[in-house]
Amino acid sequence: MAHQKVLMSGNEAIAMAALDAGCGFYAGYPITPQNELIGYMAKHMPLSGGVFIQSESELSAINMVFGASAAGCRAMTSSSSPGISLMQEGISYIAGAELPAVIVNIMRAGPGLGNIWPAQSDYFQAVKGGGHGDYRCITLAPSSVQEAYDLTLSAFELADKYRIPVFILGDGMLGQMMEPLTVSGPGRPETRDQRPETKEWAASGCAGRKPNVVKSFYLNMGDLEKFNLKLQEKYKGIQAKEQLQETAYIDDARVILTAYGTMARIAKSAVEKLREKGKKAGLLRPITLWPFPRKIFNRLAVSDKQLTFLTVEMSYGQMVEDVQLAVEGKARVEFLGRSGGGIPSEEAIINKTLQLLKN
Amino acid sequence: MDKKDNEQRISGRENKVIERLVISGFGGQGIMSLGKFIALCAMRENKFVTFIPAYGAEVRGGTSHCAIIISDKAIASAQCEEIDTLIAMNEPSAIKFTPRLKKGAHLFVNASMAGKPRRLKGLHLHHIRFTDIASRLGNAKVANMVALGAYIARKKILSVRNIIKILPEIFKQNTLLIHLNEQALQEGLKTK
Amino acid sequence: MKKVFSRTKSLRDADTHYCPGCGHGIAHRLIAEVIDELGVREKTIAVTPVGCAVVAYDYWNFDCVESAHGRGLAVATAIKRLHPDKIIFTYQGDGDLAAIGTAETIHAANRGENLTVVFINNTVYGMTGGQMAPTTLIGQKTTTTPQGRSARTEGYPLKISELLAQLPGVYSVERTYADSTQGIFKTKAAIKNAFKNQLENKGFSLVEVLSACPTYWNMPAAESLEWIKKTMSKEFPAGKIK
Repeated sequence: MAHQKVLMSGNEAIAMAALDAGCGFYAGYPITPQNELIGYMAKHMPLSGGVFIQSESELSAINMVFGASAAGCRAMTSSSSPGISLMQEGISYIAGAELPAVIVNIMRAGPGLGNIWPAQSDYFQAVKGGGHGDYRCITLAPSSVQEAYDLTLSAFELADKYRIPVFILGDGMLGQMMEPLTVSGPGRPETRDQRPETKEWAASGCAGRKPNVVKSFYLNMGDLEKFNLKLQEKYKGIQAKEQLQETAYIDDARVILTAYGTMARIAKSAVEKLREKGKKAGLLRPITLWPFPRKIFNRLAVSDKQLTFLTVEMSYGQMVEDVQLAVEGKARVEFLGRSGGGIPSEEAIINKTLQLLKN
Repeated sequence: MDKKDNEQRISGRENKVIERLVISGFGGQGIMSLGKFIALCAMRENKFVTFIPAYGAEVRGGTSHCAIIISDKAIASAQCEEIDTLIAMNEPSAIKFTPRLKKGAHLFVNASMAGKPRRLKGLHLHHIRFTDIASRLGNAKVANMVALGAYIARKKILSVRNIIKILPEIFKQNTLLIHLNEQALQEGLKTK
Repeated sequence: MKKVFSRTKSLRDADTHYCPGCGHGIAHRLIAEVIDELGVREKTIAVTPVGCAVVAYDYWNFDCVESAHGRGLAVATAIKRLHPDKIIFTYQGDGDLAAIGTAETIHAANRGENLTVVFINNTVYGMTGGQMAPTTLIGQKTTTTPQGRSARTEGYPLKISELLAQLPGVYSVERTYADSTQGIFKTKAAIKNAFKNQLENKGFSLVEVLSACPTYWNMPAAESLEWIKKTMSKEFPAGKIK
């Protein structure tokens, strides 16, 4: 079934990719706009001998993922913003126990119950922590159904490679939207035995080895500090190796639009329209939100160059703070954003860019 | 790693999105299935396409709609703020979406279930009895395919031959249904 | 010479951190003995709690997964579903199982997960310094009920075992006292049954062990054992509940 083109929603594509990646455990609680994902899992997970559980809450779902991962299985949960808030305790424990896990957030508008329209206002929560303690989650931001599939495959690899929680950060638009998708996965494991090997650190019964303990508790202060330093080293390695972005027309650009996810598609369309008019606009789309692609910003932002980064978000200014940190004052940083269900329009982006190009 | 493969060549001629289409009506009128079917046909013709359904609380209360964008180039936003074509299968949804139609847009209204809309300056109205035509074929449910036929007859977005080729896949080789839907499509094409 | 006693294999060679007279050490040992007797050490995975028994993994000599406070049965559910041939148990205190984790407890029980639960009820939060637990008795003084628990403001002691016994998914519920040699033998028998049930795929089995906390009951160890029998037992009678 390699390279077959199918029409699929972002939610379904993520679920399908998870199964293609050998995910053997999914737990989740229904919430709009990601219900197609849990629905797909309920239908397809048992067919490959995996475990699907509709949990009593998101709190329970994330702790089930904790247990599944501790037992050596590739595991995933998904939710939308309010549900992800409820999961923060478990995500911190997963980070603290150095467990691989994939967490999908199909963002909706907040705060509180908010509404079900697409938004990008959980950037801080995903990228800066969300739960307690000094931990990080790799955060991947797909902008199309195809990329949702591809990045979900990567998410499982990264989670295992670094023993770290990995976020897929999409929005309601991406989750609901159907687009053509070329299925390029390694081919779905047909039985449980074909899934990736149980990990040597996992708690799966101590036959023939010393007992394993999966925990995030360090009673002695010195031990916890040592563990935290080890985590920080790991994070540094990820920052050095895993930054990922898409760029277009940046070489001679005077205003570079910076946006992620579905927002970046609108920004890109704006850039193309501006280029048609001969205006020097470019696009820098972070694909990894953590690690934030600082390197490219460092390279572009040189103090003797008159350059503006216009950050466009479906929020009132979250990623823009990372852009500011990344350019280190060597370029102008401007912001355009809407949230609560509103999306900055192509026209608004073009107008703002034209205005910035003038001065 | 840098993905820098996405710079499309800018030609002098504007790359235009072909079509922003909204289909609306009651639940049970095959609104979503028609939308997905059109998206599938567009995909098979190697076009860029997005389909976005109404979801959540918006679909409560019996109304239903979806938006499809078909384009020659990558689609920026799947949301249809401005509509090129509206296929409204009932009156409430015709009233709801008509204000979002662009100048010169096509408006297909199911005359079996909706009166002639007012304030149509600059729009092409096609007021056709989709449900009645479908009922004459023996099944009111294929009104959506009649509407598709009427739409394709006026805006040649998709090839009729391809649509007919894809029908068996949708109806899982059920010859009765395939035949019925093809008939409905043909009746729709004849409305021009 | 005939060997009459040897180290329980499922226990590590470690001193526990528990207070004199605490019931946790007894319960740990009983579980370890049962696991040895059933010969399942190498396929046992314990889900350890937050509370005084938080470092139980330092005392048990088999695989352990430490869960967040109250989430033990969610964690255990996932492990058991993925490893149905392994023996999974949770070890949880009253705050863990019957306050912060009530939802996880009830839903795992209601799903009839084939798990063993050892529930240590000592009517008080030990690790945080003697606060009220869901099972604190009416009139019992704790640092958060300095005048004694009042039903009017704090409600009644939560009989979670009786509550769980109502659920069709639950196979067995038993309450025992770790207050005397006899009580300890009965506790061990109940724990063994709860593990056997899992081995036989019978479903959710819970043993509630009334256990002494002399430190936060403010009484000498011997007196605290008496208190289990004389006072606690009135609210929490021993026996097979289901």
